[in-house]
Amino acid sequence: MLHIKCPHCGMRSQNEFSYGGDATVKRPELNKEVTDQEWDNFVYNRVSPRGKHLELWQHLSGCRQWIKVERDTATHEIFKTYKANEEIA
Amino acid sequence: MTQSYRIETGGLINRNKKISFKFNGTSYFGYEGDTLASALLANGVHLVGRSFKYHRPRGFFGAGVDEPYAVVQLYRNGETEPNIKATEQELFEGLEASSVNCWPSVNFDIGAINNFLKIFLPAGFYYKTFMWPKSFWYKIYEPFIRKAAGLGVASTKHDKERYEHKYEYCDLLIAGSGPSGLASAYSAAKNGAKVILAEDKPRYGGSLLTSDVNIGNQSGKDWADGIISELKEMPNVTVKNRSQVFGYYDHNMLVMSEKVSDHLPKTKKYHPNKRLWYIRAKEVLISSGSIERPIVFGNNDTPGVMLSSAAKEYLKVYGVLVGKKPLVFTNNDSGYETAIEFKKHGVEPIVLDSRSNPQSEIIDEAKNLGINIKNSYVVVAAQGYKKVKSADVATISEDKKTLGKIENINCDCICVSGFWTPTIHLASQSGNKTKFNEEIDAFVPGVSKQNETTLGAANGVFTLEETLKTSFEKGKELSKKITEKDNEISIPNVVEKKYSKHDKFWCVPLAKGKSYKRFLDFQNDVAVSDVEIALREGYRSIEHVKRYTTLGMATDQGKTSNLNGLQLVSEIENKVVPSVGHTTFRPPYTPISIGAIVGREVGKHSKPTRKSPIHNWHEEHNAVFVDAGVWLRPRYYKRGNETLFEASKREAKNVRRNVGVCDVTTLGKIDVKGPDAAEFLNRVYTNAWLKLPVGKARYGVMLREDGIVMDDGTTTRISENHYHMTTTTAQAANVLSHLEYYLQLVWPELNVNVVSTTEQWAGAAIAGPKSRDLLQKLFPKTDVSNEGLPFMGYVEGDLFGVKARIFRISFSGELAYEVNVESDNGRFMWEKIIEIGEEFQIQPYGTEALSTLRIEMGHVAGSELDGRTIPYDNALEGLLSKKKDFIGKRSLQRSAFVAEDRQRIVGVVPLDKKTSIPEGSHLVKDANAPLPNKKLGHISASCWSVENDNPFSLAILKDGKNMIGEKLFVMSPLKNKVIPVEIVSSHYVDPKGERVRS
Repeated sequence: MLHIKCPHCGMRSQNEFSYGGDATVKRPELNKEVTDQEWDNFVYNRVSPRGKHLELWQHLSGCRQWIKVERDTATHEIFKTYKANEEIA
Repeated sequence: MTQSYRIETGGLINRNKKISFKFNGTSYFGYEGDTLASALLANGVHLVGRSFKYHRPRGFFGAGVDEPYAVVQLYRNGETEPNIKATEQELFEGLEASSVNCWPSVNFDIGAINNFLKIFLPAGFYYKTFMWPKSFWYKIYEPFIRKAAGLGVASTKHDKERYEHKYEYCDLLIAGSGPSGLASAYSAAKNGAKVILAEDKPRYGGSLLTSDVNIGNQSGKDWADGIISELKEMPNVTVKNRSQVFGYYDHNMLVMSEKVSDHLPKTKKYHPNKRLWYIRAKEVLISSGSIERPIVFGNNDTPGVMLSSAAKEYLKVYGVLVGKKPLVFTNNDSGYETAIEFKKHGVEPIVLDSRSNPQSEIIDEAKNLGINIKNSYVVVAAQGYKKVKSADVATISEDKKTLGKIENINCDCICVSGFWTPTIHLASQSGNKTKFNEEIDAFVPGVSKQNETTLGAANGVFTLEETLKTSFEKGKELSKKITEKDNEISIPNVVEKKYSKHDKFWCVPLAKGKSYKRFLDFQNDVAVSDVEIALREGYRSIEHVKRYTTLGMATDQGKTSNLNGLQLVSEIENKVVPSVGHTTFRPPYTPISIGAIVGREVGKHSKPTRKSPIHNWHEEHNAVFVDAGVWLRPRYYKRGNETLFEASKREAKNVRRNVGVCDVTTLGKIDVKGPDAAEFLNRVYTNAWLKLPVGKARYGVMLREDGIVMDDGTTTRISENHYHMTTTTAQAANVLSHLEYYLQLVWPELNVNVVSTTEQWAGAAIAGPKSRDLLQKLFPKTDVSNEGLPFMGYVEGDLFGVKARIFRISFSGELAYEVNVESDNGRFMWEKIIEIGEEFQIQPYGTEALSTLRIEMGHVAGSELDGRTIPYDNALEGLLSKKKDFIGKRSLQRSAFVAEDRQRIVGVVPLDKKTSIPEGSHLVKDANAPLPNKKLGHISASCWSVENDNPFSLAILKDGKNMIGEKLFVMSPLKNKVIPVEIVSSHYVDPKGERVRS
């Protein structure tokens, strides 16, 4: 079970969190023309990298904040966690 | 009654307390402190089971967790548990156990015929043989194999025992209480670190219990006892026996199974049977010791052949002789320790040493005691079927390839020692890259991945002096990092005997013209010849050889067999062992009860049960409940002998005729507040929200980004910047997360807050033509007329002194209202409604009637919004705004979503107007078409229409729009039903929606 540092609450066990997918995906702006390809990329197409990955988690059974977690998908090492609006270093 | 194999005095058992027990129906006795294995051996019982494949007689091989044979079925306090190691099971009064894997009895087992047919059962036999004919698999092969396989039977009864989970944090977790565990725990504890010391056996001390050493002028055991009692007194230390650390997971999370009650005849009141500890440790010290490995020879599975260390443990800990004419077969000095113990107790051992001229202190001691030692000698094969009777022995050449003349030596047990294998399982599980140590012919931990350190024998260090020194220092160093304290510890003097070099010899060659089975894996019956076959057939990777031969795949996970298997593969392949590599170690280290893994989450505790504040009233009025997500909701209120069908029809009819009341507390409720709340709702819902006035409700549909309907519900504008959103019961939690996602990550610029208020409000839906009259009496001061409170209107009212929210919304399709009060007042509200409603013939209705009412109105719910449908499919496309963007809108342009013949909701009526249609049935054009019959759609919800008094269903049907009036068939292979039906509009009752507005 992973040990994740919630930037709001501190170190917590994985079972307090729920996974939210790739954090680098950006939603196209509202009311903007988007091509089928752009929309597909946003909704469906994901890379599945081996190694460093920036992902979303929600501290569901805690502060309920969505956070960003930089994690190695192969080793589970967590390098850094960020608040939702924090600049990614 | 005497125990012929128990020595007069000695051992760590309590001879003042006799314990009686039964094995295979025969009564025996042992002493407090015995294991089932030691007590049986004391009684001269060696035959405990039959082997897995050939059903050969099997005895005891080890004295602990490494035991491959003595797996028994245990009976305790009316319960039974399989897969119990007799070497680990402590004796308690009234214990009963029986052999497994034998029929009709362990003494006469019909399956043993496999042994004589063994030429037909080589590696891969099952893979090769049971392939054809294919039709034989389910009916003949599989049941046969299942019956023949298996180690015991799981109980089919409900387990009355309780199992607990516990979460713990510590600075240092130390697995194993041998010399390295004790020393490191002691120095870490002295530095003030929070320490957990875990020992899988009942007694602390590990190898110190059986070795002849001296620490600080005391015996090893006394020193261990002293350290343990000091540790137990320290507030920062938790010392746990009968506790196996069995798994090392990510981020230094370890799991330990504590056997709380297995050693007692009955679990104490309020105690669990086992307790599973989830431990997050800053540092982990693995002091799991080592396991002696066997030397492979002919018939080395005969009862009476066992590890030399086990024989010593039975003698020193339990005062039990495993034989009276022991033969010790060794390639190192450990065997001599066992021989010396025998000799000290008046038994004459013979030592066969594969080495030609070994010299050491301990060998000199053995010689001085007059022990018969034969150098360059090996055991070629054990003789005897159910028990060792003698051994064929021979000299062996220096290159270990040629045997001399075979001689036969009379003996009743063969104690075998092939040197030591470090127990590296936990280190390997943690991700440690293990390496092969040529010195000891075994793998040891290499580079750590997590904060883990392996000490002592587990690290390949076999001298006590070095073990203690490194362990004291490591405990000190690691704790100092955490507590910043640095207490001086004086390392005690150690007196121990020095070992000479072991012989790199692990397998006795076959004698000329003989075909003895030489077993590598004792539990899975894998012999040298099986591995040879696998390699001949082209298997090269050790992982493949393992799976093909099942070497190391038994419940003992190859603790005594893996290395010898690797040696064999490397020898045949002419490779060095490290390049062959070892198979992966995976948790659990040893079998763990399923009950312990599940913990308290069984039966009704497997999920929380949520009850509405009106629950007790429902109970008092004969409600029959149904699970709705985690909630319990009244399904119907039973009157007399009514069935579900009769009761729900009565309740639904009463809503259509008079008035009914339904507990809708469970609906999800979310407060949406803030100056940008309207804009936010406008983006979340598919329809327009900017112009909703205060005091008005609106029905909304929300999508996922992929265009699939996520949820629906009404949202009411309570005040300028305050909206009250409702969701379906099942989706409440997901919708809240969804809203939080967009507010926190996508549109952080919106000034909106969302919070769940589901539990803050109790809700009652009042529905039926007489609902307005009832409402007026409940709220005499409020204008609830069609003008004062129109459809989709909202007012606040005073319910006999209780503040209430009144919404004019309807799920039943009737004139209806929903009243919310604070949860604490829920029952008060409900009772007032029932009391005043009496004059209007009010009846409470449950979820079954609720479903009937919504189905015949064609209102969609969870069974249509099933995560596969878009708004069009549910006839909700009228709610899609063309003017604004919203979540998921762009996806609705996808070609499949705009296809002409897109699936769509329809109504379904059986032609005979009598036959009920099972939910989940398929709709097909031709009931007699060859299989697979093309499915056109499926029945999503079924009811008995109370309005038309015939069955009615909703279905999602391909090209549903153009199918109205068509005749199709409903097929339910599950219920074996074929029903001719007609497709009608989904709005079966009041298609214009006049009643809700009346």
